[in-house]
Amino acid sequence: MRINRFVKLAVIALALTFLTDGAALAGNKIRVTGSGASFPFPIYSTWFKTYSRAHKGIIIDYQAKGSGAGIRDFINHAVDFAASDAAMKDKEIAQVKEGVQLLPMIAGEIVLAYNLKDIPELKLPSSVYPDIFLGKIKRWNDPAIAAANPGVSLPDMPITVVRRADSSGTTYVFTTHLSAISSDWKSGPGIGKTVNWPSNDKMIASPKNDGITATIRQTPGSIGYIEYGYAKMAKVHMALLENKAGKFIKPSLEAGMAALANATLPEDMRVWLPNPEGDDSYPIVTFTWMCFYKKYEDPKVAALLRDMVEFCLTDGQKMADKLGYIPLPANVVEAVRKASQNIQ
Amino acid sequence: MSSSLSNQQQQNNDQIAVPPTPRDILLDRIFRSLTTSFAWLTLLLIVYIVWEIGGTALPAIKEIGFGFLTGTTWNPNQGEFGILPQIWGTFYSSLLALFLGGFFGVAIAVFLTQDFLPHKIQIVLKSIIELLAAIPSVVYGLWGIFVLIPLIRPVANWLHATLGWVPFFSTSLSGPGMFPAALVLSIMILPTVAAISQDALSAIPSKIKEAAYGMGTTRWEAILKVLLPTASRGIFGGLVLGFGRALGETMALAMLVGNSNQLSLSLFSPADTLAALLALNFPEASEYETQVLMFAAVVLLFITLAVNIVGEIIISYSERSGGKK
Repeated sequence: MRINRFVKLAVIALALTFLTDGAALAGNKIRVTGSGASFPFPIYSTWFKTYSRAHKGIIIDYQAKGSGAGIRDFINHAVDFAASDAAMKDKEIAQVKEGVQLLPMIAGEIVLAYNLKDIPELKLPSSVYPDIFLGKIKRWNDPAIAAANPGVSLPDMPITVVRRADSSGTTYVFTTHLSAISSDWKSGPGIGKTVNWPSNDKMIASPKNDGITATIRQTPGSIGYIEYGYAKMAKVHMALLENKAGKFIKPSLEAGMAALANATLPEDMRVWLPNPEGDDSYPIVTFTWMCFYKKYEDPKVAALLRDMVEFCLTDGQKMADKLGYIPLPANVVEAVRKASQNIQ
Repeated sequence: MSSSLSNQQQQNNDQIAVPPTPRDILLDRIFRSLTTSFAWLTLLLIVYIVWEIGGTALPAIKEIGFGFLTGTTWNPNQGEFGILPQIWGTFYSSLLALFLGGFFGVAIAVFLTQDFLPHKIQIVLKSIIELLAAIPSVVYGLWGIFVLIPLIRPVANWLHATLGWVPFFSTSLSGPGMFPAALVLSIMILPTVAAISQDALSAIPSKIKEAAYGMGTTRWEAILKVLLPTASRGIFGGLVLGFGRALGETMALAMLVGNSNQLSLSLFSPADTLAALLALNFPEASEYETQVLMFAAVVLLFITLAVNIVGEIIISYSERSGGKK
């Protein structure tokens, strides 16, 4: 009985807080929420801020919880849209009865950042860097690395590999690429948002893109994979990677665009470029997607989302370079614009 | 309304003691039932948390069973899960932190309570140490990465080069690892241990100290043989609390421990802890992986509970044997 009385009080108190909250949110504003990938978060947040500023009364909330969490929210209808680096699997799409429209919104590169003082340029052949991440090549002065870098005096120190500790779309893209170029990788750790990494004392893991960046900056002799934008901001050295055509390519906007030019979008908008063709193509590139419902209860929300997509495809793409992303090629923009009409 | 109030005031002024009015009795009852329900509610909350976590974990517990505690692979792609390296890392880092933080915490408590310093400086130092508890754990993590690791790396690598045959120094320190994690952890539990030990030491009646001096002890004899044993109950309590905090600490460890799935005695090799595993894998976990992570949470909960119970037993035991003397 005593507990009952307390429960009543607590319920009233809770109800009051919700009421006041609700009152603050109401008004003429439209609020849409999204959650998902952290890889494109810097550019998404810039887009949404710019868009909200230009359109009074529209608030777009985006939480970078991670691709998996975003998709889960999306399936549970906890958000209006989601974002994912690994698109969505057929099994996941089947769980949304309204239908799902995936739209690639921007692309990015994954770079191998390393910490070797006095060596600003390092070439890594496609036969070498999978072995580094497999823990087979353990020292920087390994003959295989030296052969690709004549004239560079490589230090006699152990290679410390820094990988993602949390499960992440970045790891998914990176392991997809490694599996495409190395059969040992494919039969070993394989593809996934987290994989079973070889464990030894020179293999350390850090949370998130910024955690890896910080660890690499603080650890002499380390190498790790991060998103190009983070590497650019942190001013770490980035390795030149050998592409499918056998050329060593420095990560850059142009090299990324050359790689993306290979993409032909299928009907469902899911396309992977595990090892792109072309002499000037940087080998590790990926699109990142937003997921929308095909049918929204409120037509105003659907119209707003279509308009937001249009903004991202036009003005939004122009911000890509500054933030370290790669704008979508013109043919992809056209296809995405057409597909965005399915959001109703 | 106002007239009745002034009446009451007058009454209170006229008579010093009055029997409780019906209003007082009502207020008292409400207050008492509120406090009772709050106390029971905490218990209810714990039961609910255990029920919820256990319920979610149940399918995974049924499927993996005891092998979960002895397995050493964490591979969501193949559905292989084992947390022995994490259990080991949790205990190893917490015990190291307990030794370091416990030793310095108690030493600080002695230093601050036994009149080594003028009173004013004592108070300043005390609040500075308590301030350590207010620093967010992410800041500790960043401090560890940017300040502590570069500082201890040369020392660690020298130890590895000269004493490499000792299992504790069998690997070189490249960056994140067990030792920097344990060091930061010991700083994090320091204020807890120090504050509670200080309270325990200052609660000793001054008669006891005077009696010890009266028997001709030196200052250090009095501290080591009389005061510390007398305060041992409180000090143990502080150590148990500190250990509990170390077991559950997440963010700083996730940033510093290296999150590598391996069993190693070496202080300088990367390791992993349960709390870091949970924090880092939840956001992207699939449905089944979530159940497995909940299983790991149950294990962590159980470890913390066991530590607290053992602590209680030690405390009550030391109290009884203290009484016999």
